Amino acid sequence: MADIFTKIGNLDRRIIFVLIALSVIIPILTDLIIPNIVGAEPSRDLFEFVDSLPPGSNVIISFDYDPSTMPELQPMAEAVVRHLFEKGHKIIGMALWPQGAALGQDAMSSLSDSLGKEQYQDWVNLGYKTGGGVMIVRLGTSMRAIFPTDRDNVPWSEIPMLQGINNLDDIQLVISLSAGDPGIIAWVMMAGDRYDIPIGGGCTAVSAPQLYTYLQTEQMVGLLGGLKGAADYETLVGIDNGQAIRGMSPQSVAHIAIMLFIIIGNVAYFMQKKRGGAR
Amino acid sequence: MNWEIVGIWLGAIVTLLLYSFLYRDNPFYKFAEHLFVGMSAGYWVIYSIFNVLIPNWWQNMFPPDGGFNWIWVIPGLFAMFMLARMVPKIAGLSRLALGMIVGTGAGLNMLTFFQSNALAQVKGTIFSVATGGVWSVFSSLVLVVGVVSGLVYFFFSKAHTGFTGKTANLGITILMVAFGASFGYTIMARLSLLIGRCTFLLEDWLPTIPRLLGIGG
Repeated sequence: MADIFTKIGNLDRRIIFVLIALSVIIPILTDLIIPNIVGAEPSRDLFEFVDSLPPGSNVIISFDYDPSTMPELQPMAEAVVRHLFEKGHKIIGMALWPQGAALGQDAMSSLSDSLGKEQYQDWVNLGYKTGGGVMIVRLGTSMRAIFPTDRDNVPWSEIPMLQGINNLDDIQLVISLSAGDPGIIAWVMMAGDRYDIPIGGGCTAVSAPQLYTYLQTEQMVGLLGGLKGAADYETLVGIDNGQAIRGMSPQSVAHIAIMLFIIIGNVAYFMQKKRGGAR
Repeated sequence: MNWEIVGIWLGAIVTLLLYSFLYRDNPFYKFAEHLFVGMSAGYWVIYSIFNVLIPNWWQNMFPPDGGFNWIWVIPGLFAMFMLARMVPKIAGLSRLALGMIVGTGAGLNMLTFFQSNALAQVKGTIFSVATGGVWSVFSSLVLVVGVVSGLVYFFFSKAHTGFTGKTANLGITILMVAFGASFGYTIMARLSLLIGRCTFLLEDWLPTIPRLLGIGG
């Protein structure tokens, strides 16, 4: 028995890598779906806030991420865009991260056709602009000055849905899908607290604990945290078998595997310690 | 040639090369790592020129409808100052550009950062107890006790004995719970990336193999 604990304590880490890989691969190959239950969570708050906006509201989605965080943030982007389109809101896409503009374009253009929406009438992609927080402050005085044209160089004055929009006062909600800085915090500080614009967001799981503090102080109206947040929003919007919902099955199985490793590792450690073997 | 399949294969091969590090460090991993760093650097240089410098600076200095706005020479000069770091004799010039960036950032952030991240949080902690139902009040009490005991843990002007010691112990326990929650979220984030790569390999790359071998449709 003593040998087992010593062996577990000295287990080759590559065996753990293989087991984690299997715990991810098997649920994907078997199309395992674990039901995603959405409670009273910040993702529901964001969903309900979007639901409560009057149709035709102007909503900014800031795509503040790049391909390295696509598995978490792209499903969020697609679910949020779908919800906004279904509710009849106007989407103004932009990006504080250079590659976010292209990813936002993918999300909006792919859903636009299937939901019967038109570019420049129902959505526009203003593209990437450098500057982060400084740029957001400037949006508070004139959006047109910052984005004289959209991503495809179409002048602001020729885009019908932008007529009547001057600055952030004309925006009913900002949703920042953020993988870091600049992202949600810049929007909360520069648009939310400065111009009193409601801020919602979606973020990678790594940054979610840091952003929960803004929910408690009501500086944010809702938050989608990581893949779970994306799966929640897909569930609330009614997307069957969405990318994030499918991703939550391997996520759950891998978490169970990791929890088992933690328990086994601790038992082995304390048993060795009891016998004076562990340091 | 089907460029989409070429792209998928390149992506799959580089993914596998990078994951080979999990077995041990090896030349294939090094190759993929250097390829990634080199391509990223090249990509960002070109991207910055065409998406930052040209639209934000060059086109303002030389508008498409003609003319020359001399004022835009100044930011151009400051940008050149940044590069002066590479020439030891004039390296000091870069401090002017850095000073401008740091000064602007500090001026813009000082008040806003303090309001958003200090005052609003303190206010939220103090007033949280006053509103909501029983569960909300309990939750808020945990928040307030957690904040105060966490602060006591970092208060070193008084020995951590007696009541102060017990409060500090509670503080470190609450901090550990918070770190545990952060750790759990970090695992979720890393697994999400692994799931993304596995999904790509299993659902995008694997189906191309029978197609290339002429087995599937």
